Amino acid sequence: MRIVFKTSYDSDIRMFKHGWHAFWYMALLALAIALPFLVGEFWLGEFTSMLIWSVAGMGLMLLVGHTGLASLGHAAFLAVGAYANVLLQQKLGLPFLVSLPLAGVIAGLVGMLIAIPTTKLHGIYMAIATMAISILTEDIIVILEPWTGGVAGVFPPDIEIFGYGFNRYLNITGMYWLYLGITVLIVLAYKNILRSPLGRSFGAVRDSEISAQAMGINLPRTRTLAFALSCAITGIAGAMMGHFSGIFNNETFNIVISITLLLMIVVGGIGFIQGAFIGAFIITFLPLGISFGRDAIVSIMGGGGMAIPGLESGLFGAIVIAVIIFEPAGLYGRWLKIRTYFELFPFYRRDMFKRQKSYLKTERMR
Amino acid sequence: MSLLELENVTLRFGGLVAVNDVSFSVDEGEVFALVGPNGAGKSTIFNLISRFYDPAEGDIRFDGKSILSLEKHEIADLGIARTFQNIELFEQATVLQNLLVGRHTHRKTNPFSEILFLPSVRRAERDHRAAVENVIDFLDLQPYREKYIAGLPYGVRKVVEMGRALAIEPRLLLLDEPASGLSVEETQDVAFWIEDIRNLMGVTVLMVEHDMGLVSAVSDRVLALAEGKKLALGTPAEVQSDPAVIEAYLGSDDVEGAA
Amino acid sequence: MDALQLLISGLANGCVYGLIAMGFVLIYKATEAVNFAQGDMMMLGAFVALGLTNTDYMGLSFYVAVPITLAVMGLVGYLMDAVLLRRMAGQSQIAVVILTIALGFVARFAAGAIWGHEPQSLESPMAGLDFRFAGLFLGMDEFFVIIVTVLLTVGMYLFFAKTKLGLAMQAASQNQMAAYYMGISVKRIHSMIWALAGVVAAIAGILFASKGSIDPSTGLLGIKAFAAAVIGGLGSLPGALLGGVIIGIIEPFSARYLGGDLARLMPYIILVLILVFRPHGILSQVQSKKV
Repeated sequence: MRIVFKTSYDSDIRMFKHGWHAFWYMALLALAIALPFLVGEFWLGEFTSMLIWSVAGMGLMLLVGHTGLASLGHAAFLAVGAYANVLLQQKLGLPFLVSLPLAGVIAGLVGMLIAIPTTKLHGIYMAIATMAISILTEDIIVILEPWTGGVAGVFPPDIEIFGYGFNRYLNITGMYWLYLGITVLIVLAYKNILRSPLGRSFGAVRDSEISAQAMGINLPRTRTLAFALSCAITGIAGAMMGHFSGIFNNETFNIVISITLLLMIVVGGIGFIQGAFIGAFIITFLPLGISFGRDAIVSIMGGGGMAIPGLESGLFGAIVIAVIIFEPAGLYGRWLKIRTYFELFPFYRRDMFKRQKSYLKTERMR
Repeated sequence: MSLLELENVTLRFGGLVAVNDVSFSVDEGEVFALVGPNGAGKSTIFNLISRFYDPAEGDIRFDGKSILSLEKHEIADLGIARTFQNIELFEQATVLQNLLVGRHTHRKTNPFSEILFLPSVRRAERDHRAAVENVIDFLDLQPYREKYIAGLPYGVRKVVEMGRALAIEPRLLLLDEPASGLSVEETQDVAFWIEDIRNLMGVTVLMVEHDMGLVSAVSDRVLALAEGKKLALGTPAEVQSDPAVIEAYLGSDDVEGAA
Repeated sequence: MDALQLLISGLANGCVYGLIAMGFVLIYKATEAVNFAQGDMMMLGAFVALGLTNTDYMGLSFYVAVPITLAVMGLVGYLMDAVLLRRMAGQSQIAVVILTIALGFVARFAAGAIWGHEPQSLESPMAGLDFRFAGLFLGMDEFFVIIVTVLLTVGMYLFFAKTKLGLAMQAASQNQMAAYYMGISVKRIHSMIWALAGVVAAIAGILFASKGSIDPSTGLLGIKAFAAAVIGGLGSLPGALLGGVIIGIIEPFSARYLGGDLARLMPYIILVLILVFRPHGILSQVQSKKV
């Protein structure tokens, strides 16, 4: 086990706990930056897609993992971000560098408006309300056809920054780097939230609403703020998704996307930024893994390739079930346990990560 | 001058009168104890002061001003801190983080500067940390600083909760059964801390406690309650020898408080 | 007259929603778990019946297929609890929600793999029979749905009020600890409740498939039924049926008078309004956590 000798309060405020910690994340970042030189365009596209899912996942993680509020409707805020970004560019002629953060702000404001009534609800009721909002959003997009293009959809223009164009098909490398930069900025903002009073107030609301209030935390305001921030990050992911997909309509942001987003962060590990990335990795690469697996089976067994529709979501569902049953802390939680096991070997105890079980608490009478 | 005043406070839950026309006042700098059998309304009075319940009648004043128009979260801003009977800590956080949440009322930075972690936020964080370290030193919590609450023994959790309340730097500290479930040694520590909190920090203490040994040792005045009604008010010795109090304890099945 | 026709078909739809919603409520009342896979259980039940009855598959008599379907879905419900849900004790409600959503994904995949993704109809004796009454053109299947729902509701009421198992289930859902001390095996009761929810889902599925067509994604209808359960109040069986009927009736009427786009929104608009203004449904009582 590594003992960190702390000599000032700053060592707890710093982003990285110790030198090696920083080293490994810097190495990972270096690898991510060098990725275009290591893999082909197809894979680079997949990794770009993973970055988008990671950002969306971080948005939801802030809400679910760090504030303890569930949302089954975050596709709605992906949609708000995507449409706002394109409309700001097309109708107002704003450049991407302005429209992207503005899209986040607009998604955050819409989230705030929705949060004021919904965050009063508890647990499951809030999940239901957000789910309804996600379903409503699909139809509202159709109803607002003059702006949204309805079912026909929207073709976002290429991203242009200081005359330099980014397009998935012409310049995937540039787009990847751009999106990597955005992702890193959001990770930094997220880390800052977690190490400041803001993040602590979110955690307090998650763990005990009663004592959070006794500590002077304004419950409705904190929840609304968490919801708005979460929506803002998700909105930015939506804007990124819009440019990446090249066309989107109401179907792009349906309820299944909302649900998938939630399942994704559960698989990755609730309560960890890393969990959003692991979940995004699985979502992005599971379909590829299935098709490679199928090719491998066909080449061994012979016979024609047979596509099984729905296999991806079926397999994803099975993975979610396995994770929830065997490792509620998600894949990142499992990794933490494995790492601790080796760091402490042979002194690891099984109950080291034991958590107080939160027995199903409902506000039901009786 | 009295810091906290309850005037003819009544609270009903349906047909049950949980607190029945109770009046008392706590003076600045005193240790004031509420005693009484289970269901006497002691914790309910705490919850009234914390604004978790609205009294049906009566008024609660802090520093001369009524608090009944305030929201739950505004009570801490006044300088009223509390602990809970069934510990309510932030389970998925470390002791240090729990105590830092106690600094929320002293937060001077806004969310935007915190997202950017501006230098002002860093400075504020250092100040919060210094304040919290004082509490950690005072309560001897150093060994547990980085530990998650979920893995801590009961006695330590009680102390952490007291620490979190002290991190608020309160004027009035409400302790809900600070010694319940603690060993004799731990109870003794609590007695010393309560005296120090009053004498060194100048904090007024209002506590609910069953352990009459602790109550006699630390409190200046005691209010005995039974079935929501005021029975007796006075020094620990006076209250313990009051006939009404003796009857309330011996007349009921609940004898744990009479020890 | 036109309105009456809308009312009958809305009522029939509403009964199916109500039945699925009753499945939610059964499980929620007893175990405090929210089963987002209830709609998918309905879909599975419909497919099992269809697979047994339709001439393309096994071609059994409808009257033989129905009891088998009910038994199979009861077993599916029982096993879902005994194998998976029972392990979730001590985890948050949201974790249970996520688990059941994932179960729904798997069920949809399984149904698609076995019966394909094309919409199919159940060849029930009621299918296609209509009759004219006072100038109205009414489907026999719709009446059948309403009658079965009424019978089932009465049957459930008698089951919970009169039978020993029903009383034990009531006891277990009102106070788990007390029921446990009284010698009721709460775990087994929970599994029985899941089995009952499976049976109710199967009945809803058979009714739905005999008056329309189903495909694996029909289970998403469960979302609408879920809205019904919440509108009625998650803790109340009559409330669930009421919520289902409200949604079922509002749909055709708003489609007629407000247009298709708005009609699709109506159930969810009502849901959001109910949640905002009466968060615990029309027929439910709640109390906040004690300190």
